[in-house]
Amino acid sequence: MAQVMLSGNPKPMKKTRLRIGLKQWLNVLPFVAVGIVGVLVFVVYPMIQNIKLSFQEFNILPGTQSPWIGWDNYNGVFDDPNHKFMIALKNTFLNVAVTVPINWFLAVFFAVVINTRFVKMKVTFRTLYYLPIVTSWIVVALLFKYLFADGAGGFVNFSLLHLGILKDPIAWKSHYWSAMIMIWLFHIWKTVGWGVVIYMAALQGIPRDLYEAADIDGASPISKFFRVTLPMLRPITLFVLINLINGAFGFFPQVYFITAGGPMNQTQVIPSLIYMEAFKHFHFGEAAAMGVMMGLLVFAVTFYQMTKIGKQRLF
Amino acid sequence: MKTQWMTKLAVYAIIVAGAMLFVFPFIYMILTSFFTATFSLPRPEEVFNVVPNFINYEVVWGKNHFAQYFSNSLLITSVAMVGALLISSLTAYGFARFAFPGKEGVFRLFLLTMMIPSVINIIPQFVIVKNLGLVNTYSGLWLIYIATGVVGNMFFLRGFFESIPKELEESVLIDGGGNWRIYWNIYLPLSLPAMGTLAIFIFQATWEEYFLALTIIKSEALRTLPIAILMFNDKYATNYGQIFAASMIALLPVILIYVIFQKRFVQSGLNEGAVKG
Repeated sequence: MAQVMLSGNPKPMKKTRLRIGLKQWLNVLPFVAVGIVGVLVFVVYPMIQNIKLSFQEFNILPGTQSPWIGWDNYNGVFDDPNHKFMIALKNTFLNVAVTVPINWFLAVFFAVVINTRFVKMKVTFRTLYYLPIVTSWIVVALLFKYLFADGAGGFVNFSLLHLGILKDPIAWKSHYWSAMIMIWLFHIWKTVGWGVVIYMAALQGIPRDLYEAADIDGASPISKFFRVTLPMLRPITLFVLINLINGAFGFFPQVYFITAGGPMNQTQVIPSLIYMEAFKHFHFGEAAAMGVMMGLLVFAVTFYQMTKIGKQRLF
Repeated sequence: MKTQWMTKLAVYAIIVAGAMLFVFPFIYMILTSFFTATFSLPRPEEVFNVVPNFINYEVVWGKNHFAQYFSNSLLITSVAMVGALLISSLTAYGFARFAFPGKEGVFRLFLLTMMIPSVINIIPQFVIVKNLGLVNTYSGLWLIYIATGVVGNMFFLRGFFESIPKELEESVLIDGGGNWRIYWNIYLPLSLPAMGTLAIFIFQATWEEYFLALTIIKSEALRTLPIAILMFNDKYATNYGQIFAASMIALLPVILIYVIFQKRFVQSGLNEGAVKG
């Protein structure tokens, strides 16, 4: 550091470094203080509180005690005769397994097709594909529930009946699989546009001469896609996949506003279960215990992704 | 020549079919919002034959304090947006431009918080707001909205800030200006597209936020639009025309902002800083 070299008196190194560090902090503090305090108070502290809460019998009323009860909340989560937590955990993995490949494929597919050289109005199409992303989860959930309404009058049932795919109208939200399909379609429809936009931007970054070279070699469009486009998109694909996986892990409005976990908590995912346990049934301790376990799970998944990718920063 | 014409047609057919898939539900929603008969599910053939009118929109706007909730949401969202932009850009500036001991550590802590699902924080956040005596106030909501957004916003902006050449700062330093002038005269103006994009993201996220608003706001007069729409939906479950007229009013500001600014949109996660090693 320049300052160390310039300061003439040979003070002990440690003290100088401390002083420089202090000075650096004083310099930066006016800019970051509010932000850091805000995050500490409203994000970090709540997380610590949440861990504490998971070992307590929480009483929200003022003046009441919240006694320590050890692992009781955690035991309560697993002793549940309805296995709500395990069902939610299973659904979370199912959501990832089903939606991520479809979401990814549709994103690449539409991005490549829109990016075909002769296509005009690319920006307009991009806007239309992105439209579901900017709309509110609540409104779109109401819309989907309406489109998937029970009986022959719901639009989806109506269409499927007319196309001869269904013989009788489906009560979509009343059965596990049909409700799950509805949730998946909702999620994919709402989020595909993000991947399309990211891939469209990435495709524009692939140098033209790679394709020209392939043309000279007489490559077909399909082999150009697999030999040039896909390999060039690899870094972006990693980024997109990680985001898709994390998105599918974090299902909450998708479930809460469509089925609210029904029928009989069968379609529940962990965040929606946490919210409903806490605010519908006031099982704050068990909700906190589930939150801690969910946090550990997400942390493990993200950590695994990070180590797989190496030191590349992807956020 | 003929095959080329065929490919073009096929490609356009795929693109238009895809676009219809994403746009059609909105068209169906708009058509339904013109549907004035209540107490039954509008059948598709009825929806497609509806005559455009604004009856439902007028009714909804005057009903159940809807206009009041709209302006509540506008106030909450605007203040949260300005506050979040200011605090986040200051923090991002500090992290992008200054070296200080423990920076990596703070950074990692922030990163960690981004992985944890935010739903688990609602109860402790409510307790903090309660201890501050800010339950049922917008100040309580603003504090949470601004503070919980800082980390994500900072990561978004940091990449842009780091790509600004340091030489530009010298002009300010020569004029005798300090760090604040550099922030205000160099970093903010040069990252306007990024700030604009971020503003849209924050606007959208705050405008539709439901769970915190439901937890913090207790009195009816202070409610926000998403809460109002869900309550409206519970109350008039079969009045689809009015529900979707209300929904359209709620969607309109975000869609308008997005369509107007979308050409200048900076893609989140694909900017300079996002994928850099």
